[in-house]
Amino acid sequence: MSTTALTQFSIPLLMGNSLNAWSEALVGFNLLGLPLGLVILAAIPLVFIALYSLTYGVYGERKISAFMQDRLGPMEVGKWGLLQTIADILKLIQKEDILPTSADRFLFVIGPGILFVGSFMAYAVLPFSPAFIGASLNVGLYYAIGIVAIEVVGILAAGWGSNNKWSLYGAVRSVAQIVSYEIPASLALLCGAMMAGTLDMQQINLLQSGSYGFAHFYLFHSPIAWLPFLIYFIASLAEVNRAPFDIPEAESELVAGYFTEYSGMKFAVIFLAEYGSMFMVSSIISVVFLGGWNSPLPNLGSFALNTWTNGPVWGAFWLIMKGFFFIFVQMWLRWTLPRLRVDQLMYLCWKVLTPFAFVSFVLTAIWEIYVP
Amino acid sequence: MSTQTTTVIFYLFAALTVCSAAFVVLTRNVIYSAFSLLFTFFGVAALYVFLSADFLAVTQVVVYVGGILVLLLFGVMFTNSIMNPGQKTEVSNTLAGSLLFLGVTGGVLYSFFASPGWMSTGKTLQGSIVGPVGFETMSRYVLPFEMVSILLLAALIGAAFLARFDKKGNS
Repeated sequence: MSTTALTQFSIPLLMGNSLNAWSEALVGFNLLGLPLGLVILAAIPLVFIALYSLTYGVYGERKISAFMQDRLGPMEVGKWGLLQTIADILKLIQKEDILPTSADRFLFVIGPGILFVGSFMAYAVLPFSPAFIGASLNVGLYYAIGIVAIEVVGILAAGWGSNNKWSLYGAVRSVAQIVSYEIPASLALLCGAMMAGTLDMQQINLLQSGSYGFAHFYLFHSPIAWLPFLIYFIASLAEVNRAPFDIPEAESELVAGYFTEYSGMKFAVIFLAEYGSMFMVSSIISVVFLGGWNSPLPNLGSFALNTWTNGPVWGAFWLIMKGFFFIFVQMWLRWTLPRLRVDQLMYLCWKVLTPFAFVSFVLTAIWEIYVP
Repeated sequence: MSTQTTTVIFYLFAALTVCSAAFVVLTRNVIYSAFSLLFTFFGVAALYVFLSADFLAVTQVVVYVGGILVLLLFGVMFTNSIMNPGQKTEVSNTLAGSLLFLGVTGGVLYSFFASPGWMSTGKTLQGSIVGPVGFETMSRYVLPFEMVSILLLAALIGAAFLARFDKKGNS
């Protein structure tokens, strides 16, 4: 490691004032002429997905669902069942990697891979903190909602490759659902983009910062901003196949949907991809409507709560907490609402959400033009 | 990012595009060729990024992967003889095909080597490309844009007309 790389790396850690300071320092970090920094930059979200889905995703969801149903949840392994997840991982790793005889070998193997890559690629434009973003693109928001398309192909590959009727049904349902709900979701996010006037994720965050904390968030920007917020939240539930839109993996009719035939590590990869996209949609909604890494606390006179709770590390804390809050709401809905039927699902998308998304789009446009 | 890294990444994506496109044509299994198109579209999107056209790259992914490829996959899955790959058409114009192949390849290579190099403009791109794209679409190119909208609307109405149930006594 050269000395210049070290100084580049240490100065932003101390200052942390300029935008994207950490990630840019990381990009400049080379070891023996190899761009090691780029690899680390890409690995950080990966480690984050793995850690969060194993702790909050698996253990948290089991505990939350248990408490909602007046049960205790996992209690046997370790205190309060804390080591249950580790036992599950050990079981998952030991499992035989079964390849069904009549499955299409090639598609069966690459399906989970494409699925995970599609889910993971969106993390490139996720602003974790004012000092860290994978790639500060001009078209960040557009990229984040567009890259879901790759996930769709992965689901189809997994469903078709399994050569199982349940899998294929699950895959086709899932694809139909994701493709349809992309329309209200994109229209709702377009309202957010109109309020910001940019598609750059860091800029959208930056425009929502101010000394009044939550009052600067786009959710409170105009009297109709709650409508696209709500539409995007509902549509994002459908995009990540969560209840009440989990008909692609409806246990009572389709066994487990498109991943019926998967076991062992391939199942783990699909699982990580699902939790990855759950956090991704939660953080997109936080960035566009709830200020992303901005602190929601306002400055109260000399009691400068907002100034104290802003900064690179605090930013990461706020973004992850906002994301976790929406994941909690997703879990809450999952254990509260019944599953929709296919026709109800399509009715909700095309006859309710899409018209309301257009209404909110036009109203937001009028607000942006005529209200200073 | 250093130039060397960029070059390596560029050639990786170029190889991905060319190899997957070749696989699309050469494989006998129609479903493999449809899935292989994913990598081709993705590689082309990556090449757009190297041309500083990031908006175009994302649009490529949205339109081709999210729209056309998914439609194509559904179409392929409806194909009758999908379960027995390795069929051959009885029409194979070997001579005419190879002549056409040689002619097109020769023409492309000739124009590539005979042209004096890439044209360059005086202006370099600065800042976001999204704003200018939107502005040009709604001002200078508004007529083609509206024509495409009308075409798509007509296609949409036609699809809805074909897909709806027939009324009784109207058969």
